[in-house]
Amino acid sequence: MNTETILSFEEAMEKYDPVLGFEVHVELNTKTKMFSSAPNVFGDAPNSNVNEVCLGLPGVLPVVNRKAVESSILIGLALNCKIAEHCTFARKQYFYPDTPKNFQTSQYEDPICYDGWLDVELADGTVFRVEIERAHMEEDAGKLTHMGGATGRIQGADFSLVDYNRSGVPLVEIVTKPIEGAGSRAPELAKAYVAAVREIVKNLGVSDAKMERGNVRCDANVSLRPYGQEKFGTRTETKNVNSLRAVENAVKFEIQRHGAVLDSGVKIIQETRHWHEDTKSTTSGRPKSDADDYRYFPEPDLLPIVTTAEWVEELRATLPEPPAERRKRLQADWGYTDLEFRDVVNAGLMGEIEETIAAGASAAAARKWWMGEIARRAKLADVDPAALGVTPAVVVEIEKLIAAGSINDKLARKVLDGVLEGEGTPAEVVQKRGLAVVSDDGALQKAIDEALAAQPEVAEKIRGGKVQAVGAIVGGVMKVTRGQADAGRVRELILATLGVEG
Amino acid sequence: MAAINRDEVAHLAQLAHIEMSDDELGRMASELAVIVNSIKSVSEAAGDDVPATSHPIPLTNVMRDDVVGHVLTVEEALSGAPDASDGRFKVPAILEES
Repeated sequence: MNTETILSFEEAMEKYDPVLGFEVHVELNTKTKMFSSAPNVFGDAPNSNVNEVCLGLPGVLPVVNRKAVESSILIGLALNCKIAEHCTFARKQYFYPDTPKNFQTSQYEDPICYDGWLDVELADGTVFRVEIERAHMEEDAGKLTHMGGATGRIQGADFSLVDYNRSGVPLVEIVTKPIEGAGSRAPELAKAYVAAVREIVKNLGVSDAKMERGNVRCDANVSLRPYGQEKFGTRTETKNVNSLRAVENAVKFEIQRHGAVLDSGVKIIQETRHWHEDTKSTTSGRPKSDADDYRYFPEPDLLPIVTTAEWVEELRATLPEPPAERRKRLQADWGYTDLEFRDVVNAGLMGEIEETIAAGASAAAARKWWMGEIARRAKLADVDPAALGVTPAVVVEIEKLIAAGSINDKLARKVLDGVLEGEGTPAEVVQKRGLAVVSDDGALQKAIDEALAAQPEVAEKIRGGKVQAVGAIVGGVMKVTRGQADAGRVRELILATLGVEG
Repeated sequence: MAAINRDEVAHLAQLAHIEMSDDELGRMASELAVIVNSIKSVSEAAGDDVPATSHPIPLTNVMRDDVVGHVLTVEEALSGAPDASDGRFKVPAILEES
């Protein structure tokens, strides 16, 4: 239950200036963990992907995963960060059953990436620069399941069960500098920032970037201050807001809640807040206290990481085109309207369309197939369009068959059926199913003569000048030829047969 | 560096989940004070131009390739657990109050 009074968002924005800050945790998709060679796999049986290091057993020695370090540097470069020439690991001490060592191996004073920025584009095209304080390497904790009690929540639980498969999975924590000046765009910016980070790490290929699996997790800091005041207000940190919509809603809610608290003359308590998707509100977690005295010290079991300019430049050379730039370039190349392009992006089909065009289709044809017939079938099958089984090469071949007059649009859909049923390439399906358009005038003429004989009254109307009646005859011919005739050609031949000018 | 007083030792003991008697707190405060003083003399010896050492061995970049190695079975993983259930470690309720 949340009984707290909140201001309307508009009222909060009239009175107060929000300042934001984000900590985004990105789980890397390395094959193994950050400090041990145990597998990094999601969804396996509990405690089946652990070894002595992930369990924090006595006497074990962690060893750094080179790929995880390189992925961290790539993230830093994509966020326009400086890469530390020399950095170390540190122990962050706290007692919690998800952390078997009683400390998390992290970085403290010398993160591997620091001082970056990311330009975030809002829906209306406004670009907002978010400054990045640091991006550091650390490890994930195990997964707790609270048992007993009413709700499966930690409150009222009788006991908890721990799965350490996630323990030691490489994490990169990206921390922003305080974000000022967002004003009423703050909730939207929050969502757009997390979306941009997710897109970047996905584009880099360093994370699966699935928020629903916790690959990208956001802690959102919010504070308010009266307009004109330079000093920041007291902030709260809303933890583990794990969808883009939730990030937007949580920031909005905290702004409204802070506003009401400040209005009533009470001070904001610096604390963690928990986001509840069901009530779209936050509740108080623990206050910042002694428990946050983590007593960091340098990790004695790990040696410093030294990055040479050569190593960093080698990694920089592998950076893909940034997602935002890529989108701009593709939209311009393809000539899609903003709306058409946004639909393609939202459908997740930019890559497929790009490949289809590269394979030889026109931009219009690629969009027509992916956003039309393929998307429609994917929706029916409840799979992603890209996972339906249609490749760019198939689309290109079908388009070529249409352009050559071998098949028409209606037959093309039947060809797609055949391809999806594993009958081979489009050309093979046309062959096997006998789907080619009947273009042999002799065969067509026979069908036309039959259709005219079957409907003499219609033939008479057409002779009398009612050319629009030709549709009935065309329909008859298409029926006889099972849709495999070129309707335009059939019309011409009918009119020629009857001696009428089209 | 200021000397370690008894309250600070009590605070650290609480953070480290170590139960200490009054006697132990007093004794530890004076022992830690000696250690702090010893470290202080190291700090005096090292000038501003000497970077902090995080590790006594002058090595860097000890890393491994991202290749799956040794993995325990679930039974092995749970073999040292005081309690287990459903393939997972079982721990007491985490919050003492709701």
